[in-house]
Amino acid sequence: MLCKKIMVFAGILLSSLPWVAQAQNQVNMSPGVTEIGAEIYDLHMLIMIICVIIGLLVFGVMFYSIIYHRKSRGVVPSQFHESTKVEIAWTAVPFFILVAMAVPATSTLLEVYDNDEAELDILITGYQWKWRYEYLDAAGEPVAFFSNLATSQEEIYNTESKGENYLLEVDEPLVIPVDTKVRFLITANDVIHSWWVPEISVKRDAIPGFINEAWSKVTEEGIYRGQCTELCGAYHGFMPVVVHAVSREEFDGWMAAKRAEQASDLAAASVEMSLEALMSEGEAVYNGQCMACHGASGEGGVGKAIAGSSIALGDVNTHMDVSIRGVSGTAMQAFGTQLSDIEMAAVITYQRNAFGNNTGDIVQPADVASYKQG
Amino acid sequence: MAATEQAPPGYEKYHVPDSSSLAVRATAGLLLTVFGGGLVLNNMTFGETHEAGNAKWVLLIGLGFFIATLASWFRTTIRENMQGMNSAQLNHSYVLGMFWFIFSEVMFFAAFFGTLFYVRQLAGPWLAGEGEGGRMNDLLWPGFEFSWPPMITPQEAVGGTDIQPIANNGAFVTQERSMSFADAHHWYQWLPMWNTIILLSSSFTVHVAHTALLNDERAKFNRWLGITVALGIIFVFLQAAEYYEAYAHFGLTLNSGIYGSTFFMLTGFHGFHVAMGMTMLLIQLIRSVKGHHFTASDHFGFEASSWYWHFVDVVWVFLFLFVYIL
Amino acid sequence: MGAHHHGPARGITRWLFTTNHKDIGTMYLWFSFAMFILGGAFAMIIRAELFQPGMQLVEPGFFNQMTTLHGLVMVFGAIMPSFVGLANWLIPMMIGAPDMALPRMNNWSFWILPPGFLMLASTLFMEGGAPAFGWTFYAPLSTTYAAPSVTFFIFAIHVLGMSSIMGSINIIATVMNMRAPGMSYMKLPLFVWTWLITAFLLVAVMPVLAGAVTMMLMDIHFGTSFFSAAGGGDPVLFQHIFWFFGHPEVYIIILPAFGVVSQIIPAFSRKPLFGYASMVYATASIAFLSFIVWAHHMYTVGMPVAGELYFMYATMLIAVPTGVKVFNWISTMWRGALSFETPMLFSIGFLVLFTIGGFTGLMLSIAPADFQYHDTYFVVAHFHYVMVAGAVFSMTAAVYFWLPKWTGRMYNETMGKVHFWISFVGFNITFFPQHFVGLAGMPRRVPDYALQFADFNMMSSIGAFVYGASQILFLYNVIATIVAGEKVSDEKVWDGAEGLEWTVPTPAPYHTFEVPPKVGAAPAHG
Ligand code: HEA
Ligand code: HEA
Ligand code: HEC
Ligand code: CUA
Ligand SMILES: [Cu+2]
Repeated sequence: MLCKKIMVFAGILLSSLPWVAQAQNQVNMSPGVTEIGAEIYDLHMLIMIICVIIGLLVFGVMFYSIIYHRKSRGVVPSQFHESTKVEIAWTAVPFFILVAMAVPATSTLLEVYDNDEAELDILITGYQWKWRYEYLDAAGEPVAFFSNLATSQEEIYNTESKGENYLLEVDEPLVIPVDTKVRFLITANDVIHSWWVPEISVKRDAIPGFINEAWSKVTEEGIYRGQCTELCGAYHGFMPVVVHAVSREEFDGWMAAKRAEQASDLAAASVEMSLEALMSEGEAVYNGQCMACHGASGEGGVGKAIAGSSIALGDVNTHMDVSIRGVSGTAMQAFGTQLSDIEMAAVITYQRNAFGNNTGDIVQPADVASYKQG
Repeated sequence: MAATEQAPPGYEKYHVPDSSSLAVRATAGLLLTVFGGGLVLNNMTFGETHEAGNAKWVLLIGLGFFIATLASWFRTTIRENMQGMNSAQLNHSYVLGMFWFIFSEVMFFAAFFGTLFYVRQLAGPWLAGEGEGGRMNDLLWPGFEFSWPPMITPQEAVGGTDIQPIANNGAFVTQERSMSFADAHHWYQWLPMWNTIILLSSSFTVHVAHTALLNDERAKFNRWLGITVALGIIFVFLQAAEYYEAYAHFGLTLNSGIYGSTFFMLTGFHGFHVAMGMTMLLIQLIRSVKGHHFTASDHFGFEASSWYWHFVDVVWVFLFLFVYIL
Repeated sequence: MGAHHHGPARGITRWLFTTNHKDIGTMYLWFSFAMFILGGAFAMIIRAELFQPGMQLVEPGFFNQMTTLHGLVMVFGAIMPSFVGLANWLIPMMIGAPDMALPRMNNWSFWILPPGFLMLASTLFMEGGAPAFGWTFYAPLSTTYAAPSVTFFIFAIHVLGMSSIMGSINIIATVMNMRAPGMSYMKLPLFVWTWLITAFLLVAVMPVLAGAVTMMLMDIHFGTSFFSAAGGGDPVLFQHIFWFFGHPEVYIIILPAFGVVSQIIPAFSRKPLFGYASMVYATASIAFLSFIVWAHHMYTVGMPVAGELYFMYATMLIAVPTGVKVFNWISTMWRGALSFETPMLFSIGFLVLFTIGGFTGLMLSIAPADFQYHDTYFVVAHFHYVMVAGAVFSMTAAVYFWLPKWTGRMYNETMGKVHFWISFVGFNITFFPQHFVGLAGMPRRVPDYALQFADFNMMSSIGAFVYGASQILFLYNVIATIVAGEKVSDEKVWDGAEGLEWTVPTPAPYHTFEVPPKVGAAPAHG
């Protein structure tokens, strides 16, 4: 009776495996698009299959006795309770199986740790809750930008239907060239994050104050998506990573364009901006950078309320001070190093004029620059 | 099991105490203490000073109640023993209890020693860009060199909280002078040296006291135990003087980066344990002088306290070695 | 003090002031069940939010509080106290002792638990909310970036740690000092052995946890920089200290469970436990190894490769002694005369599912592969297989097994079997699909997920509700047994059961073995 139930259940489980594998639901690790990824995948399959085989043997014996050695069949229990030989055997055999597993594991691990001779270095910094990418040794001006979640609040709160890459889309992806050994230097600004893209087989924790190294050599062009995998606060689940792997030429073109864009931004910083321009830029920056903590309408949350805040309504210098240098010992970071002067001027102007804070104050990029100067 | 049956030899009747309110009272005291402590600390760090008044009282009342309960707990135990309720077997349970309690204290200190070794051997060099774990850290902390005792924090090395590459989570200013042994000419002015001598000799004096008790020499016991307590008090006093010096003259505070952190954590907890051990011994002294407690064969209260005392002594030897000398 | 032949005192003071190991055991067991329901309620909130993609029920910050409290309450509130309760009830009866060695302290170890958890739970109502940094509370998320309630969390951990340390000291003293004449170490029932070793682990690692939270406290309130690189510390240091505690902690959870099934399987196989001595050695080896493998939770923090390799090899080794245990249990069943009452069913469920969880543990221990598994639902699946199907199943088995001895009444066997089957199926529906979503790339501790994970998550949530609901049946069965179960009076409730606890009357009298029994030369049993 009982054994039948178990057999039936096991049968259902087993026979459902191929079915699940065929459905579009992914059930297994992906070998990804790197050599290391394929090796890791093979390792994973190897260990899993060994475990399945051991499991079948062990459970096989168990079910055999469950079926044939049951009291209801009137068997008389034997009373043996020891056998040094068998016991030595089943200590030694697993040990050797483990040694056999350790060999490929070691060689793969050593390859993962071979961080030398990279052709491109990218500094990746985790922030609550976004990533910053900086191309370190590209010739010319360094290129750096932030990469924020692009999924809208409406999708998240189910008032709009969810797009195909729900939660796995960003405003500006990381772009890397294929067939190039790219080294990622991973660190964090505030708490620990972890940068993971399954398909390119990189997962490394971002530790504030320390730089970790990882590398990847992507062999196929494409868009690869991942997420932050270390709990980093309220919006840990909303911190995706998107990597575009493109051809070398495309990469160089992208790099040149990016650099030109930065140069023009720099030039713009000395120009006076209108209130409207600052407000629209400011809104974008606010929604991208500040909203997570200060709320969609400045009502506060992790951070204090901006609407009606004595700082946002009071002295401009204090407002600049808080925004640029942060508040020591709180989640309010020093945004001075994260935002350009234009963005900073815009977001401060925005905070001083939105959410009913109608101060009419305008902060120009030049003001921010001179404040930073001291 | 018939009650008339005799216990087999070597197995005396085990005294299972009647139900008792001690545990529940101790719980109330302990919980008030930690809850009050939490309130006080939060007011201190997160503002809301208006609540500080009550919080302090919760803490103090809790602590007072807790200490009083522990006192009455020990008094009960002592009384039971004096009434002859404790079998040798029960006394052995107390011995085991004390032994494993001390073991747990050893592990508590192990966590802090582990911390010290980790930052000295691994994290420090990594921050300075040395070793496999820190190959690229020069990017974050340019100019930071690591040595022990560190006379500069990574934060100071790069120019302060505004410039450091991680979010601002406090200002750490290293000390002007460390506590390590530096000046061989003036070794006699070096407090830790004296503290070591004092604590080592106190371990010796407590041993002499013990021997005296075993030989039933009450006066000698009291005298040597008194000396031990006095040495303990001097130690705590010198430790306080050292802290004063650290704060007032060396700029060495809890904020002094990892050096100040490990220094005060290790010596602070040790000092606290010395104070506890000293109090324990003092109570034994009072018991002996006033209550004529203890006999040559039965003096567990004293024995347990003296084990504890040896334990804080051994911890100090390690401290002296790893915090002050090496 | 004359002979103790009075029964329990009446009223609430019986429970508040008791020094009786059975009373205290009972309180531990009920308390842990209450915590299981609380932790389970948090899990239900987690699963309800994850039923579909998108945010429906709770805010992300609150979700993290649920995850954190679920882990903490289950580990520190449900599993650990439940096994301490079992130890209190059984160890004195199994070794022929009149009570625990230090009865008043025993009462204290229990009574600081409920207020400790009350303080932990009260953080839910504090400004900034409860701790939201995971049960592993990595700095600096748990220091600089934590809500003020973290201070109370820290003190709660201190208090729970004190309780565990005192409880363990008591168990060690009891086993070392209170064995009846003739009860040599190698005759101890395995449950006693596993608990003795567990108690060593606890005394060794709880103080380390206390050290870790103390350093957090200093960083938060006193300006130290243990976990801040700016001052020369290191956030990863926190993880090393935490896991030095945390890894032995998972064996603290499972070793007593091993002990329980080592009692039950022989009883229903009507055959002595196979390989008693090797069981003891295996338990000791597991405990020893558990101290030197902690960093397998930290493969991705960027340790130097030598460290990575060392921790990988050491971790893999644990499969050997654990394998010995599994093989011994199977050999015990081999050529026995098996019957399948509820305790046996749960033990077999344990055996199968724990082994599966062990296998996934072995997969996780392979460092390069763990780069892909780490912090995904694959890990969540792993540890629920070992902790729910391991610890909780064996605890359930233990309750069914000893309940008749405790109460003198028999539970309803049919209901027990139904409970088992719903649990078994519900459990697998909940946690098996989590392997799939984990491998496919779903991170843990997220309140929302990408669309490709939707189907399996829905399945998992449904399974969770089923498994959760089946616990109502369990609760009902236990209460029904206590108030109106069929009376049993045989000393030996189960024909195959061996051990001193089955020689005392049923229900076990308030005081047992006031005069120690003599243990004969009979061979050691399970
Ligand atoms: C009861 C608790 C328990 C138990 C018993 C185990 C048992 C094991 N665990 Fe598990 N583990 C946890 C609880 C537990 N774990 C928890 C709670 C976490 C997550 C913590 C967190 O991050 O929140 C975790 C996480 C965890 C990780 C980190 C994953 C990550 O975060 O990336 C790793 C990595 O090595 C690991 C490994 C192992 C191993 C090797 C065992 C071994 O002991 C298993 C040994 C058993 C077997 C292997 C099966 C039986 C053996 C045989 C039949 C013999 C023959 C077999 C072979 C030779 C293959 N565990
Ligand atoms: C021994 C410990 C233990 C136990 C028993 C459980 C039990 C369960 N856990 Fe556990 N879990 C952990 C330890 C444990 N867990 C830990 C340590 C973590 C990691 C935390 C972290 O990341 O920090 C975790 C994390 C965790 C997650 C991942 C959360 C995340 O990463 O965001 C999930 C998600 O499904 C989950 C689900 C469940 C479920 C469904 C149960 C079920 O088995 C619970 C069943 C019990 C009940 C439901 C209560 C009793 C029943 C009733 C009161 C009846 C009423 C109920 C209904 C009508 C439905 N747990
Ligand atoms: C990670 C969370 C977080 C983000 C993102 C964030 N803040 Fe804050 N902010 C806080 C916190 C927390 C405080 C409260 C600090 C304190 O306790 O004084 C705060 C306070 C402030 C204040 C002072 C409000 C007052 O009345 O005290 C201003 C102004 C401010 N932030 C501006 C910004 C700007 C501009 C941005 C985006 C560019 C931003 N914040 C992004 C967390 C954040
Ligand atoms: Cu960033 Cu999680
Ligand atoms: Cu582990």
